[in-house]
Amino acid sequence: MKEFLEGSKAIAEIVKLCKPGVISAYPITPQTHIVEGLAQIVADGKLNAQFVNVESEHSAASTVLGSVACGVRSYTATSSQGLFYMAEVLYNIAGMRLPVIMTTAARAISAPINIWNDHQDVVSLRDSGWIQFHAEDIQEAVDLHLIAYRLGEDKSIMLPVMVCIDGFVLTHGVENVNMPSQEEVDKFLPPYNAPYKLDVTNPMTLGPLVDPDFYTETRFALNETHREALELIPKIILEFFKVFGRNYNGLIEGYQIKDAERVIVAMGSVCGTIKEVVDELRKKGKKVGLLKITSLRPFPVAHIYEALKNIPKVAVIDRALSLGSFAPLAGEIRAVFFGKPKKPKIISSFIVGLGGRDITKESIKEIFRLLTGKEKQGEFIDLKPELLRESYE
Amino acid sequence: MSKTLFNSGHTACAGCGQSLAARLVIDAAGPNTIVVNNTGCLEVFSTKYPETSWGVPWIHSLFENAAAVASGVESAVKYLGKGDQINIIAQGGDGGTADIGLQALSGMLERGHNILYVCYDNEAYMNTGVQRSGLTPFDTNTTTSPAGSASFGNLRPKKPMPEIANAHGIPYVATASAGFAQDLQRKVKKALSLKGPKYIQVHVPCPLGWRHETNLTIQVAKLAVETGLYPLVEYENGIISARRQITPKPVEEYLKVQGRFKHLLKNPEEIKKIQEIADNNIKKYGLKVEPQQQVNPSA
Repeated sequence: MKEFLEGSKAIAEIVKLCKPGVISAYPITPQTHIVEGLAQIVADGKLNAQFVNVESEHSAASTVLGSVACGVRSYTATSSQGLFYMAEVLYNIAGMRLPVIMTTAARAISAPINIWNDHQDVVSLRDSGWIQFHAEDIQEAVDLHLIAYRLGEDKSIMLPVMVCIDGFVLTHGVENVNMPSQEEVDKFLPPYNAPYKLDVTNPMTLGPLVDPDFYTETRFALNETHREALELIPKIILEFFKVFGRNYNGLIEGYQIKDAERVIVAMGSVCGTIKEVVDELRKKGKKVGLLKITSLRPFPVAHIYEALKNIPKVAVIDRALSLGSFAPLAGEIRAVFFGKPKKPKIISSFIVGLGGRDITKESIKEIFRLLTGKEKQGEFIDLKPELLRESYE
Repeated sequence: MSKTLFNSGHTACAGCGQSLAARLVIDAAGPNTIVVNNTGCLEVFSTKYPETSWGVPWIHSLFENAAAVASGVESAVKYLGKGDQINIIAQGGDGGTADIGLQALSGMLERGHNILYVCYDNEAYMNTGVQRSGLTPFDTNTTTSPAGSASFGNLRPKKPMPEIANAHGIPYVATASAGFAQDLQRKVKKALSLKGPKYIQVHVPCPLGWRHETNLTIQVAKLAVETGLYPLVEYENGIISARRQITPKPVEEYLKVQGRFKHLLKNPEEIKKIQEIADNNIKKYGLKVEPQQQVNPSA
């Protein structure tokens, strides 16, 4: 059924349809509407779940770690500083192979404090072992939560999944969303059947001390599972299509890239703006396109190679920085082509939209324009040079 | 001997008070128990993969989050409709409880989860090499509060954790000691018979960190109680309901058998300060056996 919904409301609704038994969260802007929505759903008796109001994000992540370890489907959500406060727990959850599902409202990080959207928080957690999906719009955000539970809880995967949605843009924006029925969700998502759990009838020790004789293999296995997830995601997406009738790739999405001469690579809500610009420029005969990265982890190296190998000029948009080095996504896209027979002539890197600065159609057009020139390395778009003149001398 | 839920073969040091207390706690709780453990000595010496000492479901996540993980376990158990059938114990050392884990513990207590939290108090960070914690006693020589020509060691008295726990308005708080096994087990059973959050702090000697002979563990633990330095008290619904009464011994008897206090023995002024701490405890909790008065048989 199509409904005109705020992103947070839509996510609360889809989480409800996934029937988690435990929800735990700590408030942080712009995640709040999601957990407020779920709290109301539980208060109204529409979802049989324990809603645990914890005293910090560290405890929110720890609480769902504990509940998933008991074999109960669980949910949490956070953003920015909260994500960082969770960080050691998040690595721990992945290492313990517990399929916690979390929404992250992507937001800038402090200092200076800034509550608006970019990807500096989520991209920093790329090495945590979590599968990390990035949604372009509210519909995709809703659908990725279903896919996240199905994928994370698959016995061959058993990994946590983070669905990243751009703060405010998607959490507070409204869209016409196709909300599935409970029957459809039940058809796609079976109840969680944990292969290992805390159970007094079958005592198990979880989270033991592991010495150098065994540690490496646990990390190797984690890495292998990410590789296996790359193969499983398209299969789950196919089943998703059969039930819900919406088609995704789940890893990447090419938009007008077949014959494109210039392609922008990006993640998240900016992809919508880029698609509009692509349509406009195509009308003028410019061969431009977009490659959207949906799955940052696992990183679909082979798929990206196939999609971009014949594109002459590629621009990578980063809404994050790796201070003192290459922009994170750009560095990874370049690495895809290392030692490969085919590669773009130019892979330019642009930093844009930090701390909620609007990425306008003009910003995107500027990037396409700059792609006609020399290769750019970490070029800031929409920078205000007049603000950089302050001095303490 | 009956079967234990905490099996031998682990790698605790000889004379470890914590391993003794942990066995007493889990055996008192019984098999229908899930244990959530902070990082620390107990986790390290009892679960070195691929072996484990634990005969109950047991989980360790991080140093400071046992109370929060246990909150999730309890919520899951409640969701599954088994809230009345399964005991949940969260446990950790003094550092993991009173310092880095205090926030998570406070949250657990405030939210009213049906969990027993057990703090094994060996009065310093023993797992990392005897560094000072918030529960290290006054004038203790640790590796980060060393005694020296300008210092007698730890500058501050112990953080009053039982009172902090009690201030949360929870149904049961108790202190216990590895030196009084039956008393400890009785308190665990009592705690588990009550609904809501419970806190038990067990004094557990550490021969390595306290530098006493490994065969003196029980004796040292008893001396801490008998001098008034570690009062054994129970609070029910906020009010002291029982105490172990003593005929107080001078604190020097407790101090002199431990290397961590050796530097005080030639400083009567410092010993006097420690005696004052004991005297204050004796007064505050009414620990002294009065003439004609009998020792509370249940304590």
